[in-house]
Amino acid sequence: MNIIVPIKQVPDTNDVRIDPETGTLIREGVPSIVNPEDRHAVEMALTLKEQNGGGRVIVLSMGPPQAEAALRETLAMGADEAILLSDRAFAGADTLATACALAAAIRKIGAYDLIICGRQAIDGDTAQVGPQLAEFLQIPQATYVQALQRESDGLLRVERAVEGEVQILALPLPALVTCLKEANHPRIPTLKGCISAFREKPYRVWSAADLGVPLEQIGLKGSPTQVRRTFTPPPRGQGTVLTGDPAQTVRALMDTLREKGLV
Amino acid sequence: MIDFKLTPEQELIRKTVAEFAATVIAPVAAELDEKQEFSMELTRALARQGYLGIIIPPEYGGAGANTLTYCQVIEEVSKACAAQGVTMSLSNSLVAYPIMTYGSEEIKRKYLPALASGEKLGCFGLTEPNAGSDSSNQETTAVDDGDAWVINGSKIFISNGGVADFAVIIASTNRAAKIRGLSAFIVDKGTPGFSVGVKENKLGIRASNTAELVFQNCRIPKENILATPGRGFRIAMDTLDGGRIGVGAQACGIARAAYEAACKYAKERKQFGSALIDFQGIAHKLADMRLEIETTRLLTWKAAWLKDNKKRFAKDAAMAKLYGSEMATRVAHQAIQIHGGYGFIKDYPVERYYRDARILELYEGTSEVQRMVIASYVLGV
Ligand SMILES: Cc1cc2nc3c(=O)[nH]c(=O)nc-3n(C[C@H](O)[C@H](O)[C@H](O)COP(=O)(O)OP(=O)(O)OC[C@H]3O[C@@H](n4cnc5c(N)ncnc54)[C@H](O)[C@@H]3O)c2cc1C
Repeated sequence: MNIIVPIKQVPDTNDVRIDPETGTLIREGVPSIVNPEDRHAVEMALTLKEQNGGGRVIVLSMGPPQAEAALRETLAMGADEAILLSDRAFAGADTLATACALAAAIRKIGAYDLIICGRQAIDGDTAQVGPQLAEFLQIPQATYVQALQRESDGLLRVERAVEGEVQILALPLPALVTCLKEANHPRIPTLKGCISAFREKPYRVWSAADLGVPLEQIGLKGSPTQVRRTFTPPPRGQGTVLTGDPAQTVRALMDTLREKGLV
Repeated sequence: MIDFKLTPEQELIRKTVAEFAATVIAPVAAELDEKQEFSMELTRALARQGYLGIIIPPEYGGAGANTLTYCQVIEEVSKACAAQGVTMSLSNSLVAYPIMTYGSEEIKRKYLPALASGEKLGCFGLTEPNAGSDSSNQETTAVDDGDAWVINGSKIFISNGGVADFAVIIASTNRAAKIRGLSAFIVDKGTPGFSVGVKENKLGIRASNTAELVFQNCRIPKENILATPGRGFRIAMDTLDGGRIGVGAQACGIARAAYEAACKYAKERKQFGSALIDFQGIAHKLADMRLEIETTRLLTWKAAWLKDNKKRFAKDAAMAKLYGSEMATRVAHQAIQIHGGYGFIKDYPVERYYRDARILELYEGTSEVQRMVIASYVLGV
């Protein structure tokens, strides 16, 4: 099976602080890591490849040149080749422009059976890029996948964990799934894995021109999202407990709801 | 010329080893210490990660990494469990190195891939009851008997002795020639006449196996010699020179564990209404600890750099080993001090670091021997 895993390098939010003035992340001096759920996606891809008698796992990222470290780490886990989309023209991309660039790169890569994304990135928490990418490529998708298996009929059987229940779907390939961290334990690269990641495995950098996408669809220009304000939502207040005669408490409840314009 | 940066490859290696050490080794370290148990399971896991064949060339199944990279791995593993650091340092520096450097092609093919994969464990037998610091005073003999060498004698305090599948040993092939009559051999476990004696009960690195090797009319194949007869002492000294760089890295690892535990505790523990760390007396202790760790690292990395660049490194390795081993004891001592009475109690890890650190001043040449080595290089005495 040929599997593509789009990954993102993110600041380690365990180490991150929020600037109280601007409400944005203070990224300075914060170590960069592979987005945690993307490591689970890579693990899922590697396991699937091993179970299905080979193929290639390609890791793909859009980011500044430093994102190389994240790609090398996933190569060290066992991915076969890496592609970095790096160009000033990609900068400032929201999820739509990101998905657009990734889709163009995937079309350029050519034939594949499956795309596995992490559920979401810890620096944005949108969970949008995976689904948008599937739409751009016009392929079936399943989000929040905790387990999957290739069936003998060629379909991909996936288990989605949604709102406390498990949904089982069968997808024709090629398809896209987004993976949950519950799916597996990402392997820790071996010493030889680390060395071959730098010395043996193909590593390519593609620019916007290489992808041939219109510049107005990528980067800041291709991003309809505008961030008005970021803030930490105030904690929810204590609830009120109404006790006593049922008729009276129901009346009190209805009054409160009416006051708040909720009914 | 001077470059204090690790390569991106070394950074990634360091990071992955740290993750492996924190998730796989650290959680079981205290229990293995308490039970004085050598863990075959952890040893196999170290092998799977490639840590038992770090310096073994790729054509013999190893990772083919250099000494500086080797130091990164040793430091991170020793930070989680000093005994696993010993297993690795032994496999690479004391067993793989002499075979790689002095073994025949046939010997290299037979032992190196098995060592790298963890299929076979090795040990290095130099020390004897009457040959400790004076390691040239070998009483073990190897007599040429036509198609075989016949070995008699015993080796004590041998790391991995009880669990190894083969031993690299030094023995005398010509007692009259003294140092020039020593030779290095490989003896396989199971060879008639080769047995394991007492297993030691130890103060520290208790999860490392330390045992006696006994040879009684043990016949080994003629080709199981490293280099030629008479080269044994040179091989042993060359092997120990390199090994000492690894001891510097072990010292950094154990000391960092002690230092980090002390920092954490000093932030949490309150007395006189303040956290300990807010007392200058404690903060300055921590500053000194950090300073000494970084000093050791510089000495160790310099020795590694010299070795990797094929320059003379024996003096620098002795300095890294000497300073590092005494440093680790001092840092662990202070870590206990910062913990107060709690540091003396086994609920906290610092007493283990203190016990583990102590071996570094003894094996691969005591501190006294390192001073002799350094003096001979710098004073010509
Ligand atoms: C846990 C453990 C693991 C070990 N693993 C191995 C192993 O794998 N392989 C191996 O071959 N050996 C191993 N050893 C042995 C170790 O290398 C020796 O114990 C060490 O070299 C010291 O020898 P000794 O114990 O005979 O002490 P001695 O040589 O008797 O020394 C006693 C004291 O006298 C000092 N001293 C000796 N000579 C002089 C001098 N000329 N001037 C000043 N002071 C002097 C020493 O420094 C020391 O302080 C191990 C030891 C231990 C405890």
